Amino acid sequence: MTENFLSIYEALPYLLRGSLVTIGLVGGALALGLTLGIPMAIGQVYGNKYSAGLISFYVWFFRGLPVLVLLFLFYFGLFAVLGLDLSAFTAAILVLGLRSAAYQSQIFRGAMQSLGEGQMLAALSLGMSKAKAAWHIILPQALRISLPGWSNEYSIILKDSAVTYAIGLMEIMTRGKFIATRTFKPMPIFLTCALIFLILTYGGVKFLNLLEKKVRIPGYGTEREESY
Amino acid sequence: MQKDKAIVLRVEDIYKKYGNVEVLRGISFEVKKGETKVIIGPSGSGKSTLLRCINQLTIPDKGRIWLENEEVTHTRKNINQFRQKIGMVFQDFNLFDHLNALRNVEIGLIKVKSMGKDEARQKAIEELKQVGLEEQAHLYPAQLSGGQKQRVSIARTLAMDPSVILFDEPTSALDPELIGEVLEVIKKLALNGMTMAVVTHEMGFARSVANEVIFMEDGKIIDQGPPRKLFTNPEHARTRKFLYKIAELYGRSAEKK
Amino acid sequence: MNGIYFIKDIVLPPLLEGTWVTIKLLVLSIPLGLLLGILIAGGRVYGNKIISFLCAGFTVFFRGTPLLVQLFVIYYGLPSIGVYFSPFAAAVVGFVLCSGAYHSEYIRGAIQSIKSGQMMAAQALGMSKFKAIIYIIFPQALRRALPGCSNEIVYLVKYSSLAFMVTCIELTGAGKIVATRYFRYTEVFLVIGIIYLLLVSVVTKILSMVEKKLKIPGLE
Repeated sequence: MTENFLSIYEALPYLLRGSLVTIGLVGGALALGLTLGIPMAIGQVYGNKYSAGLISFYVWFFRGLPVLVLLFLFYFGLFAVLGLDLSAFTAAILVLGLRSAAYQSQIFRGAMQSLGEGQMLAALSLGMSKAKAAWHIILPQALRISLPGWSNEYSIILKDSAVTYAIGLMEIMTRGKFIATRTFKPMPIFLTCALIFLILTYGGVKFLNLLEKKVRIPGYGTEREESY
Repeated sequence: MQKDKAIVLRVEDIYKKYGNVEVLRGISFEVKKGETKVIIGPSGSGKSTLLRCINQLTIPDKGRIWLENEEVTHTRKNINQFRQKIGMVFQDFNLFDHLNALRNVEIGLIKVKSMGKDEARQKAIEELKQVGLEEQAHLYPAQLSGGQKQRVSIARTLAMDPSVILFDEPTSALDPELIGEVLEVIKKLALNGMTMAVVTHEMGFARSVANEVIFMEDGKIIDQGPPRKLFTNPEHARTRKFLYKIAELYGRSAEKK
Repeated sequence: MNGIYFIKDIVLPPLLEGTWVTIKLLVLSIPLGLLLGILIAGGRVYGNKIISFLCAGFTVFFRGTPLLVQLFVIYYGLPSIGVYFSPFAAAVVGFVLCSGAYHSEYIRGAIQSIKSGQMMAAQALGMSKFKAIIYIIFPQALRRALPGCSNEIVYLVKYSSLAFMVTCIELTGAGKIVATRYFRYTEVFLVIGIIYLLLVSVVTKILSMVEKKLKIPGLE
């Protein structure tokens, strides 16, 4: 029994360094998803037929394929074809980020559409261009409404980050497997990995809930969904 | 009219508290075979809670209840067997939304009384005929009007052949034009000798059907007596006050002869 | 150019074998996961304090940790305490436990959304609580949980690819092997992508047919 705890104790620094990689990966992917997701959502709601169609195709592709397949496709396939020599970390952020953009764009799209056309009409009648209206009027409201869905996205990306084990990224799972094979103590090591993920998931969601409370506008009914 | 009939339901000294609020403070009454007792009173007087105590959907804090001389409270006997004999019709109908009218009436027979499917179906159709809804047998609750839903609910209760039926404000959730059809069914039951306890605000109905009216307020029985007496010459001032308010509300004088 | 022939003769056969493994994985995991979800949800809502707590704990663990961790614990971890699973079995166990937890949340929400009057009316007729749950509550709750559970099932179709991570050679695994052998990652994984998109379409179609069949007017 004590050897189990000993092995955990020795493995912890190594694993925790892995969680830094994980956090960086998740943060980067979320940021990329946000940066691409917002314009994509605007394009779908307020854009013309062609841009909306293109974006729909993008969303369908990146949501329809399993994460693992996307990682293999890009890391071993497409990036090489394009002549890019990316580290596993960069590749992972790109793939998870592009995928997250697909999901986030739908969250924002739903939020924008739930605002109704009244907001846009009012803005336009004040003389704003569609772009200005989208940026100053629609977006601030839509982003607030999106927060619950966004904390869900966080926990999903966090869990998906474990799949980057498959391309050898030295995050929590890869390090865990590395140690488990060397110390012949898979059970305590992997359970520790699970615990680290639990803390990151639970803690992160709690943080996002606090954030949501801070930016809440009185009178706005945001539906609280159960999210992990 | 005062034959010496057997007592079907006897309620003795029921107390019930919710948190700090005493909802029932020593209620006692009895219902004889074939009698219709109507219970009236302001909201919050505990009338619904009282009915739910009778079939033990709510457990009273103190007091005893007998059904046909068998004690319902404080017994090891399976409460479900008592509930088969005590029918309950709810204010919100509570029809099973995933079953059509026929299946709603059948299901108690099949799953509780273990009746054969064909026998149950026959009986269910009979009961739906009784309440005038055999044409609507295959419709789902969402497709029925409020009055129809309540009548199906009554058919569902009748199918179990209960010894007594409890009605918890059966028409309070209905649009005015639908109240009549439900009251008609209940009146018919009364005339056919069903033993019933009805909580209601419908004074005209109470007057024409009740053998005795009980007035409850703040968890206690203030007044009781035959409808004629209670409505025209109540003993207690509070009864008078309540009836006056109701008369104002319904535009009828409860003190008219 | 041996492009098309490459795909037809060399890539497709192993991929189809892999697809067959994927289908077998799903045919087992989807119904069992749903069943587990029903049991956990029932335990959570109707069980006593201990059962309810255990079910809640189960849900917290399996929804708060990545599926990959769970698979590793089952396939690599359990042998150290004497429990051995084949790669296929380990994958199924992991999928059932994980999706069961997600299903249970949808079903639990659905159960709690059923009006209390339904239970009251069932009991007033003389039904035991157990009978009322089976014949009155669950038929309604499962219909309400259908959209969420369908979503979860589609997720499982895609996440079945993780079986490869515990050496079960399903579609993705078969693809990686072929692609590595011939250095043709892009083509192979695009084909794999198409197959997954097809699988998802088929499953979605089946689910919407089921939804139609179970539809009851007024019950949404």
